[in-house]
Amino acid sequence: MTTRREARARAREQIVCRQAVELVTDYLEGALTADERVRFEAHLADCPHCTEYLREMRITISALGRVEPGALTSGARADLVALYRSWQAG
Amino acid sequence: MLDEADLVARLQAGDEQAFVTLVDLYHAPLLRLASTFVPSRAVAEEVVQDTWLGVVRGIHRFEGRSSLKTWLFRIVVNRARTTGVRERRETPTDRADEPAVPPERFNAGGGWSSPPTPWSDDAEDRIVARQTAAKVSRHLNLLPERQRQVVVMRDFEGLPAAEVCTILGITEANQRVLLHRGRSRLRNMLERELGKA
Repeated sequence: MTTRREARARAREQIVCRQAVELVTDYLEGALTADERVRFEAHLADCPHCTEYLREMRITISALGRVEPGALTSGARADLVALYRSWQAG
Repeated sequence: MLDEADLVARLQAGDEQAFVTLVDLYHAPLLRLASTFVPSRAVAEEVVQDTWLGVVRGIHRFEGRSSLKTWLFRIVVNRARTTGVRERRETPTDRADEPAVPPERFNAGGGWSSPPTPWSDDAEDRIVARQTAAKVSRHLNLLPERQRQVVVMRDFEGLPAAEVCTILGITEANQRVLLHRGRSRLRNMLERELGKA
């Protein structure tokens, strides 16, 4: 049997969307406590918007990792090799 | 797979080809990182060139306690900071109370009033497509400096959190906060382009 006091305590512990979006990185970094993780995942299970939000954060992160830094031009490489030779000589 | 110990030994012996290998691997990432500290591409180029000189002069002191990549990144960050003090970038401020999502998108109860616009199934491919990749880089330039530095190291370069903390001299908790704000801002920017609406 659940008392009103217990129900209120549980409600207080429930995460709302505005809080959930602030926990996403800690969740992905494995930095939530076991208790926080359970509440975060319980919120996701009930909230399609926050589930979509988490998906978009994952896509953002994954896409960042696939942005190439750009290749070194042969001219820039040759300049550095020339510098290297002068440093070695000096 | 690159044998790092072998590469270091060759660098220490003054092997020019080993230097070229290192330059091919890391010049572009170093430039990208240096750019997050200084105001222009030209200054970033100077910082990286100065870094290569430091590497050539200092490789004898490299003991392999960190990865070569972390060692290089630490040198470039130190040089960029010294330069950055003189030539500061103009960037938005990193606010202590910065929310991941603008507060007006939630109702009084803290639930979404304007939920995230769903992204299409091929959203990631669209971001990675060349044009959008350039846009992501531009978005990245709009991040506050410290957020950008952490996002570049973690998400572009794939460095572990602990190494980023060492390089920037920040705590794990602080690193996560900056990462969170940076990633959240980027998602918000991408939502405007990728949301099906």
